[in-house]
Amino acid sequence: MIDFVKDARLWFAPQRVRDEGETPDYRFSLANERTFLAWIRTALALVGGGFAVDQFLPDLRWGVRIGMAVALLLVGMACALRAVNHWVRCERAMRRGEDLPVSRFPVLLSLGVGLVAVAMILVVLMGWTKSP
Amino acid sequence: MSGVGRAAGAGGAARAGGAAEGRDPGLQPERTRLAWRRTTLTCTVTAVLAMRQALRGTGSAVEITGTAVTALVWLVFTGLAHRRIRELATVRPAGLAPRAALAATLCTVALAVFALAVII
Repeated sequence: MIDFVKDARLWFAPQRVRDEGETPDYRFSLANERTFLAWIRTALALVGGGFAVDQFLPDLRWGVRIGMAVALLLVGMACALRAVNHWVRCERAMRRGEDLPVSRFPVLLSLGVGLVAVAMILVVLMGWTKSP
Repeated sequence: MSGVGRAAGAGGAARAGGAAEGRDPGLQPERTRLAWRRTTLTCTVTAVLAMRQALRGTGSAVEITGTAVTALVWLVFTGLAHRRIRELATVRPAGLAPRAALAATLCTVALAVFALAVII
């Protein structure tokens, strides 16, 4: 958690990232940027999924629909914040010549998406919709 | 561009010499540019969904404001992508500015917060 706060300070003082170590090969920076963008796309897709659940599944019960939409939106938000955090950490590690940071986030995200999918299957099988 | 020397050392094939200076055989800048385009596309889809959500009812002042905010977020993101894509049009582009990375993240978060505000 303390690390996260330290990293968050780095987001707002970008020149501090550049103070450390030396500029890595531009190709490594670009690869890091593409990874960051892939995560941002994932986040945007999750947020879009949240909108879509609310708009295109009107037959779901209110609670189920809102719960699922909110879950997707929150996961999307976490995904976006984690994207920039991971990008900063990778950039710094490359500048210092350290190992790239490892992360538990992909596993958590997979589990989260899997849970939403299971919830959706349950909703369909149990017929938790407004009209039979 | 302090990384040029090292980068050239690592990618010797990229030094074809002359004004053309060759190009990265891995096409890294192009791939990154396409990644930005894909991301813009995703952002557009999400923003359209957000606007659809905002403009569901009667067109009250609140709905118009919500739509305008979403459009603004989309414009900011597109502007970011446009600038970065232009920066990437060199042989050895500089890294992504942390401020741009943060701005892209904030656009995503803004859309999510907007969604939460509208849905609940």
